[in-house]
Amino acid sequence: MILLELFIGFLKVGCFAFGGAYGAIPLIRDVVLSYGWLDDEMLTYMIAVSESTPGPIMVNLATYVGSSQAGIPGSLVATLAVVLPSFIIILLVTALLKAVLKNPCVQAVLRGLKPCMIGIILATGVCMIIRNGIVIENSAMMLRPLILTLLLGAIYFGSRKIKKGGISPILLICLSAAAGIVAYGI
Amino acid sequence: MNLLLDLFLTFAKIGLFTFGGGYAMIALIENTCAEKKQWITHDEMMNITVVAESTPGPIAINCATYVGYKQKGLAGALIATIGMILPSFCIIFAISKFLDHFLAITWIAHAFRGIKIAVGILILDAAVKMLQKMQKKPMPMAFMLCAFAAMLLINIFSVRISSIILMLTAGLISLIIFLVNKPAAKEGAGK
Repeated sequence: MILLELFIGFLKVGCFAFGGAYGAIPLIRDVVLSYGWLDDEMLTYMIAVSESTPGPIMVNLATYVGSSQAGIPGSLVATLAVVLPSFIIILLVTALLKAVLKNPCVQAVLRGLKPCMIGIILATGVCMIIRNGIVIENSAMMLRPLILTLLLGAIYFGSRKIKKGGISPILLICLSAAAGIVAYGI
Repeated sequence: MNLLLDLFLTFAKIGLFTFGGGYAMIALIENTCAEKKQWITHDEMMNITVVAESTPGPIAINCATYVGYKQKGLAGALIATIGMILPSFCIIFAISKFLDHFLAITWIAHAFRGIKIAVGILILDAAVKMLQKMQKKPMPMAFMLCAFAAMLLINIFSVRISSIILMLTAGLISLIIFLVNKPAAKEGAGK
């Protein structure tokens, strides 16, 4: 029952996505790969599309995965499931349980949870860069992905030295698209 | 204007015009809801940001639900949240219908091979920014490093362990450390 699977899968994402959009990416990757809904390649493409279109990234990803698996009903169910936990939690916190987040035990759990999330995101980023940058085909290392990785990394982090804040994520995605067209087109 | 309609349109506008999600949205929500509409105060906005950081889910959704609830109860919370989601829902749904066809075009496939690399850089950057804001104390550092190492191993050996398990374990360990240390701290203070 694909709709039920979508609902449960994205409910899990919605319940555990601390730390905003990038916190959700490792979770969505878990869920999407374990159900076999998308491969790593398509998921990465969709992260870029979600970053370049308006709206919260994890809602965009849920809509896309739902739609690709089960059309309009799928996209509705996945989007609802990813939003539902935070909707209910905020209602509870504002309406009833103002003190619950200040509770020492809750604070203790969060103190462990948040750094753990950062570690997970960090590992996801590192693995993704290695997987995309170091590609081995026919026992020869491909040069183009490696050069693109170094070039884009240098542009993104180097631009902060010149201008405060550096270039925006959307501009980096546009530049990387252009670089991809040039590097693979010739 | 009807308040519900106003809530819906305001959040739909925020949902339509903020790219990149997260903190970009907070600035726009604060500008619109606290300054222009005066639905909430700047203090409340600060509070809701703190709550949003301690609760799961998209920060923008947390803000929309809170502001909607403050103005018009449950109906307001629902309308504001739906307003926030609807624009991006329609856009992504349309894209999902065409993306496969787009990727069949050679030069677009090339473009996405470049974009793939940018996404890795963006995720790494997000993690580094969070790391810089994190308290540089032994406890959080230890949790962060253990999670980092565990996640690396999970990825390298493609083990099917969900990151949710890692987070639950970290939360539990932190709680146990807190409960064990509490009586000791009290004793210390008593002396």
